[in-house]
Amino acid sequence: MSAPTGLHLESLTVRRGTDVLAQLNLTIRPGEVLTLMAPSGAGKSMLLQALIGALPPGFSASGHIVLNGRKVTGLPTAARRIGLLFQDDMLFPHLSVGQNLQFGLAPGGSKAQRRSRIEQGLAAAGLSGFAARDPATLSGGQRARVALLRALLAEPQALLLDEPFARLDANLRAQIRQATFDATRNLPVILVTHDQSDAVAAGGPVLSLFGQPVSP
Amino acid sequence: MIKALPRLGLALFTLPMLGGLVVGFVPAFSGGFAELAGWPGLPRAVALSVGTGMGATALSLLLTGLIVAMLHDRPAFAPLRRMLSPLLAVPHAAAALGLAFLLAPSGWIARLLSPWATDWQQPPDLLTLHDPMGLALTLGLVAKEMPFLLLMALAALPACAPAQRLVLGAALGHGRLSAFAVGVWPPLYARLRLPVMAVLAYGMTTVEMAMILGPGLPPTLSAQIAGWLTDAGLRHLPVASAAAIVQLALVLAAMGLWRVAEGAGRAGLRYHIGRGRRAVWADAPARLAAMGLGFGLAGLLALSLAGLGLWSVAAEWRFPADLPQSLTLQTWARALPALGHSLWLTAVIAFGATGLALGLVIASLQFEQSHGLVPDRWAERALYLPLLLPQIAVMPGVQVIALHLGVEGTALAVMVVHLFFVLPYVFLSLAPAYRGWDSRLGVAAATLGAGQTRIFWHLRLPMLLGPVLTAAALGIAVSAGQYLPTLMVGGGRVGTLTVEAVALSSGGNRRLIGVFAVAQLALPAVAFALALAVPRQVFANRRAMLAERGR
Repeated sequence: MSAPTGLHLESLTVRRGTDVLAQLNLTIRPGEVLTLMAPSGAGKSMLLQALIGALPPGFSASGHIVLNGRKVTGLPTAARRIGLLFQDDMLFPHLSVGQNLQFGLAPGGSKAQRRSRIEQGLAAAGLSGFAARDPATLSGGQRARVALLRALLAEPQALLLDEPFARLDANLRAQIRQATFDATRNLPVILVTHDQSDAVAAGGPVLSLFGQPVSP
Repeated sequence: MIKALPRLGLALFTLPMLGGLVVGFVPAFSGGFAELAGWPGLPRAVALSVGTGMGATALSLLLTGLIVAMLHDRPAFAPLRRMLSPLLAVPHAAAALGLAFLLAPSGWIARLLSPWATDWQQPPDLLTLHDPMGLALTLGLVAKEMPFLLLMALAALPACAPAQRLVLGAALGHGRLSAFAVGVWPPLYARLRLPVMAVLAYGMTTVEMAMILGPGLPPTLSAQIAGWLTDAGLRHLPVASAAAIVQLALVLAAMGLWRVAEGAGRAGLRYHIGRGRRAVWADAPARLAAMGLGFGLAGLLALSLAGLGLWSVAAEWRFPADLPQSLTLQTWARALPALGHSLWLTAVIAFGATGLALGLVIASLQFEQSHGLVPDRWAERALYLPLLLPQIAVMPGVQVIALHLGVEGTALAVMVVHLFFVLPYVFLSLAPAYRGWDSRLGVAAATLGAGQTRIFWHLRLPMLLGPVLTAAALGIAVSAGQYLPTLMVGGGRVGTLTVEAVALSSGGNRRLIGVFAVAQLALPAVAFALALAVPRQVFANRRAMLAERGR
């Protein structure tokens, strides 16, 4: 029997001290977008930090995370192959756009192959010729596209979205959101938001941090 | 276990200092105290040490407070800060030499006033330098330490929310000085206390500044100890050691006295608040004093350094001419072989000590970050130990240890001892930026599959290029300026620029002194210039990196 695909959370529980912030027991199939809605400060971001294995001191997690049949609980962040897009684009300010993408691009391939993959990615994102640019000179929408492209070039097996559209204005927001969901059709995705339109656009189940359905 | 490692490292780091202290005190007990008690200069030397040290510290702190209170958010502050910041890199010896050139009876000030105002055709017979009260020494200390305290205060200021509290005070009818004293000064001073104590310890025990500017018979206690220690043969070792114990006790007592004075200051502030005084009248004179004294001191130091440069290229320069009759590079040309050797030695020691310090500091900060350790307050205090312990009390013992290890008189031993004084400055300079690095960038990189090593070498370290270079420049300046450790551990045979310049100061060859003092200035100046220029060049096309540097 082939390993089950998708992201499985088995009784994943996140605590601050002894307070339970989130408890989830569910599966997200590739191409499915699970939306988690909760008020600010309820621990949405901490759940994502638990998923990538970067909980700050004072927080703890129990339960299991299984990704495409691979148990990733206990692995360091870099080995989990779970991508994360933050509210801020988190582009490295001392690197050019191209170098940012090179940093993200999964290892392997010749220098020329790597460069051409980045050029292709930029072209597909409507950013041809941007490789040498200083990220600080890009518009908000362009930076968001580069951040998404960088996350995908790392070839993650799941993608987490921590309100990545919150800083964009309404027009741009719909556009970038669509681009993101289009690009992640074969990945399990968790979207954390408190924005109704994000939840509707995601088109998947909308749950609370304890797995109860929430009407968007 | 892992959490104890930073403390363990610091213990290893502070032990040689304390060891030096203990070892250096041993000879005192073979008759040293009796000999010291019989020295007629003792009361005066003690009074000079306490008076110049505490006086200079109080004046520096007062002036720092005035400038921050009255000017920190005013347009006049930018030029003042631009003038004062580079002066921080000036070694104490060079500043003192420049000031001596300015103040001496045949110095620039007397020349500018003669003969039209004074009628002097010959240098007057006045003790404007080496005055028995130590006024020239106090002035030199204030000119050198005030910029240090000011920059420390500016670094701590944002945490004290000055803008809100000054507005609040003004809304309650307080004058600006009063609002500052009541609302901003108490938390600011709490953050300044350790630097102030370091200034106090240095001011009371400086050797090179006391030799160049201070009185002669008797000199300050520390200058006398240094004289005894460097006396050929070791016959003065017991009395020097006993005096070093007295000097350490004096510093500790002065620190205690300082704490008492802090209490008195707090009581005064409470009285001021309790009476409901607003002291609006004080603002105009306070602003005037801050402007006048701030720019006055900065101008004095700038003029001092210019004087050093001018003397180094002066051909004939008779009293009372304002400027040399002609200029020449002859002094430089003749000094070049010796100068080149000294410069090389100074640079090797400074780069070595700074490189080691940077490695240790970055390793410990990275360790702290990767293990999620919170900064340890006690560990940070211990880091100040080399700045708080008077060098004159520590170095004799360190010299003995170096002798026993057979490394006395080697550049390597000098480099290792410099490390102890360089490391605290490098740490204090780099730690805020290192800890302040946006760790979310590291998390973002990890989700892209980057391990800790890659994050460190490709993200954190390159992004901190500016702060790292600034810390390195500070380290180089500290090492290049060390006098007593170089003299003692080097056994007088490691002739760095500072050692040579101070040695020349007792002779009268102003041109040669100028050459060595300018060379001594040049090394830190180049280091700081590079620390500014290199990130600007590297990040010329990275706007966000340049913006961060503008802080």
